Amino acid sequence: MTSADSSTPASSTERFSPLHQAHVDAGASFTDFAGWQMPVRYSSDLAEHHAVRHQAGLFDLSHMAEILVEGPDAAAYLDYALAGKLSVIELWQAKYSLLLNENGGIIDDLVVYRRGDAKFLVVANAGNRFPAFDALLARAADFDVVVVDQSDDYALIAVQGPNALAILDATAGVTDLGTDLHFMKYYRITDAFFRGHPLLVARTGYTGEDGFELYLAADQARELWDALVVAGADHGLVPAGLASRDTLRLEAGMPLYGHELTLTTFPAQAGLGKVVNLNKENDFVGRAASVAGPAAGASVLVGLIAAGKRAGRADYAIFRSLDATTADGVITSGALSPTLGYPIAMAYVTPDLARLGTEVYVDVRGTRIPATVTSLPFYTRVK
Amino acid sequence: MTDTSTLQYTAEHEWVLVEGSIATVGITAYAAEKLGDVVFVELPEVGSTVASGTVVGEIESTKSVGELFAPVNGTVTATNDQVIDSPELVNSDPFGEGWLIKVEFEVLPTLLTFAEYSALIGE
Repeated sequence: MTSADSSTPASSTERFSPLHQAHVDAGASFTDFAGWQMPVRYSSDLAEHHAVRHQAGLFDLSHMAEILVEGPDAAAYLDYALAGKLSVIELWQAKYSLLLNENGGIIDDLVVYRRGDAKFLVVANAGNRFPAFDALLARAADFDVVVVDQSDDYALIAVQGPNALAILDATAGVTDLGTDLHFMKYYRITDAFFRGHPLLVARTGYTGEDGFELYLAADQARELWDALVVAGADHGLVPAGLASRDTLRLEAGMPLYGHELTLTTFPAQAGLGKVVNLNKENDFVGRAASVAGPAAGASVLVGLIAAGKRAGRADYAIFRSLDATTADGVITSGALSPTLGYPIAMAYVTPDLARLGTEVYVDVRGTRIPATVTSLPFYTRVK
Repeated sequence: MTDTSTLQYTAEHEWVLVEGSIATVGITAYAAEKLGDVVFVELPEVGSTVASGTVVGEIESTKSVGELFAPVNGTVTATNDQVIDSPELVNSDPFGEGWLIKVEFEVLPTLLTFAEYSALIGE
């Protein structure tokens, strides 16, 4: 049995976060992201990036998609619908997973939170809200489970950085935490209340730092945002936009759907082979294709570092030599790393170039710049 | 503080300060804001000949790459070494310390007035 909201894609009219006015008040510049007008930066991408690495940043992620999966078959259903084995995660645990198509390609990457024996929250990318929900709904047909797109009901606020825990501690109105945050591990979640309204506190993120993601009703979002700003004033908290989020996740070697992950990318190519659990007993969508694996010679994701300041960027070609006439790869994300001070990139290259230390050339607008294949992530926080 | 109303502009979001036969060129605050934090600037060599409308340099931010177009035909007489070392000057003082190149020209083409440029960017 299934029930759901309409999954008809919205028109191309732009959407606004429930926190839009807070961003306007804070002087944000906006960008279109998957049809949403979201803050790209408030003052300086670099300052926001460094704040998250050294103190804390406050992100509005209300454009992300929240999908409820609930019912007696919820765990078995997710084992069928997704690439991982979600039935084994514990109550209040989170797990990164992939939604595959029959060809073994990636419809979306997701985080799944277990909120009960038979209740899960699936968080999908904003740009994949409808394809992810449609696929999840279609796969529910033979299971006793409901799959509900609750994206419009939720706001999502992330506090990321080494001071995140201290800021949550100091935030007025957060009560009834099911788990003391000081003892909550990474990739765990707990119920709580904010001024009497349900709040989910997850120790997850997309920056490479410690931090929390806070889910609550959209109409409570502004109050929580403002309470976090007040609590963060003594802890170096600054609002941070999507520009800094992108350089932070790139340094942390985290894939971004549409760049490193696509409908025709096999998880194994993206270094995510272990996210696909071929040991689970049940069938799952994409299993046969995953067992067969990508075609021989399929490109693989690598990290690249270079000297100087000129960064290779998404879609720039990779060559094996200065005079090679055909490309041997392509950059999917790249920037001058704010933390490291040199150019970094993620790129798909032919397998023979994937060995660590291999020298390749990036075509930076007509100039071939040497780069070295390196392991991911580029940056790991000191714990 | 530069009086931006006395400058001339291009549709590529550059400003031009004309003093005699020398045009000092930079990008506008609007362009700098759109680019985000500038992290790398590449400028033409002093003495090189540039043609109006052609790309003579690059301005890179963390998010994107902007091209520097020559607004006039002429010869580059100076480049701003300070922005090579401190690209953030393009953001902090686009009309002043963030200037990019000086070009000696013979004929000044028709450029946009402050009012025309303001209208172009909707301000």
